[in-house]
Amino acid sequence: MTLETLLALVIGALYAAGLYMMLRRSVVKLVIGLALLAHASNLLVFTGVGLTRGRAPLVPEEATVPAPGVADPLAQALVLTAIVISFGLLVFTVVLLYRAHQAVGSPDLDAMRSTEE
Amino acid sequence: MSMLTALLVGFGAAAVAPALHRFAGRWTGALLTLVPAALFASFVIRVAPLVDGHVATERYAWAPRLMLHLSLRADGLALLMALLITGIGALVALYANRYLEGHPHLGRFYLFFFGFMSSMLGLVLSDNLLALFIFWELTSLTSYLLIGFDHTRDTSRAAALQGLLVTVGGGQALLVGVVMMGSAVGTLELSQLPGHALQTHPLYPWMLLLVLVGAFTKSAQFPFHFWLPGAMAAPTPVSAYLHSATMVKAGVFLLARLTPALGATPLWESAVTWVGGATMVVGAFLALGQRDLKLILAHATVCVLGTLTFLIGLGTALALHAMVVFLLAHALYKGALFLAAGAIDHATGTRDLVLLGGLRRAMPLTTAAVLLAAASMAGLVPALGFIGKELVYEGALAAPRAPGLATGATLLAFIPLVAVAAMLAVRPFFGATRELPHAPHEGPPGMWLGPLVLSVLGLVLGLFPSAVDGLLARASAVMAPAAPPPPPLKPWHGLNAALGLSVASLAGGAAVYFARDGLRGRISRLRLERWGPGRGYELALAGMLRFARFQTRLLQSGYLRRYLRMSVVAVGGLTAYALLTRARVWPELRGGDLEPYEAAVGVLMVLAAVTAARTRSRLASVSAMGVVGFGVALVFLFFGAPDLALTQSIVEALTVVVFLLALFHLPAYEELSSRPARLRDVGVSLAFGAVMATLLLVTVQNPEFPPISGYFLQNSVPGGHGRNVVNVILVDFRALDTLGEITVLAIAALGVSALLKAGRQKGTAR
Amino acid sequence: MTSLIFNSVVRALQPLLLFFSVFLLLSGHHAPGGGFTGGMVAASAFVLYGMATDTAAARRALRVPLPVLMGVGLLLALASGLVSVVSGEPFLTSVWLKFGAGVLGEVELGTPLLFDLGVYLVVMGVTLTFVASLAEE
Repeated sequence: MTLETLLALVIGALYAAGLYMMLRRSVVKLVIGLALLAHASNLLVFTGVGLTRGRAPLVPEEATVPAPGVADPLAQALVLTAIVISFGLLVFTVVLLYRAHQAVGSPDLDAMRSTEE
Repeated sequence: MSMLTALLVGFGAAAVAPALHRFAGRWTGALLTLVPAALFASFVIRVAPLVDGHVATERYAWAPRLMLHLSLRADGLALLMALLITGIGALVALYANRYLEGHPHLGRFYLFFFGFMSSMLGLVLSDNLLALFIFWELTSLTSYLLIGFDHTRDTSRAAALQGLLVTVGGGQALLVGVVMMGSAVGTLELSQLPGHALQTHPLYPWMLLLVLVGAFTKSAQFPFHFWLPGAMAAPTPVSAYLHSATMVKAGVFLLARLTPALGATPLWESAVTWVGGATMVVGAFLALGQRDLKLILAHATVCVLGTLTFLIGLGTALALHAMVVFLLAHALYKGALFLAAGAIDHATGTRDLVLLGGLRRAMPLTTAAVLLAAASMAGLVPALGFIGKELVYEGALAAPRAPGLATGATLLAFIPLVAVAAMLAVRPFFGATRELPHAPHEGPPGMWLGPLVLSVLGLVLGLFPSAVDGLLARASAVMAPAAPPPPPLKPWHGLNAALGLSVASLAGGAAVYFARDGLRGRISRLRLERWGPGRGYELALAGMLRFARFQTRLLQSGYLRRYLRMSVVAVGGLTAYALLTRARVWPELRGGDLEPYEAAVGVLMVLAAVTAARTRSRLASVSAMGVVGFGVALVFLFFGAPDLALTQSIVEALTVVVFLLALFHLPAYEELSSRPARLRDVGVSLAFGAVMATLLLVTVQNPEFPPISGYFLQNSVPGGHGRNVVNVILVDFRALDTLGEITVLAIAALGVSALLKAGRQKGTAR
Repeated sequence: MTSLIFNSVVRALQPLLLFFSVFLLLSGHHAPGGGFTGGMVAASAFVLYGMATDTAAARRALRVPLPVLMGVGLLLALASGLVSVVSGEPFLTSVWLKFGAGVLGEVELGTPLLFDLGVYLVVMGVTLTFVASLAEE
């Protein structure tokens, strides 16, 4: 099995598990599903540009360009911001659901359809 | 004053109108009238050089790559329209100040009014079709706002919406037509459009059709005429200005402008002539069926717009010149009649022709204005309307095809028009004085000045047509550049066939006038509103709303997971479809070069994901999620992303902390969905996971595009002064993205804090 | 969590973590690290401190209110972009100064470092807001 195949399997499993949890009616499952989905997407972008074992996109001292074959820095920059943003999104969702749960008093997402409190 | 300045001054007047109203109160209108008056003067100055053959042009780049320039060109047609727009605009602005005196939203009215005036000026001065389209849409929008000015009445709102939907719908067709023309010949400058290239282009019929739909809807041509009577819900000054003198002429104006580029083909001639002819006959007969002064005038306007279109369709130099003269004559008399109708309504409280009578003593000046205007409308010597009508008949008699039919149709339209003119002139002013809602009285000067100036102008120009001869000749030359200049206009043409037809229409008109009550009853008994095109509009609108409700019920269930399932099935399905049809190389499962520790982390992550989904314990779920997160961090570490590994592990730790804090407050897991529902979701999820895994493999194994990160790798040290390329991208090369991101983060933090604070306050209040 | 051991460990660890976060921020332009990572580490230092004591104590230890922290961070990032605007370059173009600094050799200072400091403060403030608001529920 190649590296990419392994990662593809992991990402597929994360997508499937995350999506399944988001499709449940229980509020807590929804948030954990969202977290798994975020991991899956970050890995997808990271792997999509090709994997390189161990060579970070750093320029050595006394050189002006990195050695050829380093990992793709653009994907890393994207994923770095995505990690922090998805953390923010996740916390916001948790708090929103907590407040909704407080207002509705039910663990069932279906009870949160109405927009009136 | 440059033309651009003129436009900016107009829009500027619109912008300051509401504020001015607050300071100047009842003087607002008088002050603002100075703006169109000054613009009128600036355009009058341009007439003499134009007649001498000097066409003023200005060009400003707007979006050159879209072929969009603000090219302004004051040729004969544009200048004629600009004079009408600013001249009548000044009179109507003055009039509206009295008509709407004390109205709390007078400032808003002038905002819309001058917004319209400036857009209309832009429309007629634009030499670029896209710029023209933009102004075209602006006039539709301001017209919508003005028709619905009385926004508390739902009939006003419905009429405004109707006008908007019809004209903007046509505007969309026009836009497509314009874009097609642009891509066919590579320019959208009206004065440079190559007629031959357009007319021989394979898409010519489509371009023509789309442009015609735009022009016909705007100029209320049959079968789109129904919105214009509806637009009478607007305050009367608006009806006088937009819906008779200026905006509704935009469609005719566009046709005139495009005559050299698109015209003179059999398709153009038959479509434009037939639609115009049908409109003039239908409009004239519908006018006979009305009692409301404004509705009579609106239908008569439809008739005249039809006539103008009809003349453009005939396409001879004579017909085109008749079009220009008739357009001017109509703008003058119809503006006067509308304003007078408003004055009568204002003074008596009714616009019902049957109720009115004997106003000539109480309103002598208005009576004079209406008599003069009606004479021009009926085509009596020596009004300008007479010259116009003679020319129309001459144009019809000399039609290149079926002159008999053309002349007959014109006669059929003009006979009712004469009768309508007689009704308007006689009924409200002569005969016995009747019981009216208010005692009639002459309004303040602002209200009779406009009608009187316009109608007297109609008489003066009829007597001395040489005053405008040069301008009108230049205007018709825009449409027929190759034709010899038209003969000068004369107040009296002598005895000829056209005069005979004029006399015939007067006699016919008199006969219809005496039979008017019976005819009105018969026409109104046809109940056109139940099966006319207006009904079609209503049905289409109702159908659209029904469909919208249906699809809302179908798609907007309010259940999060249904939306999610729908999105995921759509995204996954489309991705799978693209993979199946487009992927050139399918992923090969090549022999392994996998290190054991990599395999171990992978297996651990899959197991953790499955556990998170299956376990019934919240704590176990959160822990499994944490395992996945640290697994992701390890993957980053293995494959050359130390920054990511570091950030990911801290974020994961903090995520777990947040979850543990929140878990105390959130409910325990419950099995809420049924077994079949769970099985279906397992299926959907596994399929989606499989699609994403395949997508990744196909992407990695078919690198179709070279990576774009080369630039960053090369320039990180020389340009960015940093050895960590990822960090240099974040804080230098793509710093704007990062700035946006940290802003979003800060907003999310404020949101979280506000949500929790709101909850606490509610909690203590309870 | 009032375990004595945890308490003492955290008290010893917190300054170290803060120091580490500043190190990550400063060396981030040349080695792994940077504002995002540094801000997260700084936030964790205070989160741990809050766990060992309580949230109010952690807020006191921080001295600066969290909205101020985030606001200053955003303004710093914005200001670093405006430096180039003064000299007529587009917004957020980097500007660098180079000067000798005795024993340290040559030192380069540039607006991206200021920008990264802004990121650091925002990320720290945001993370602490998240945790503190939930902890105070």
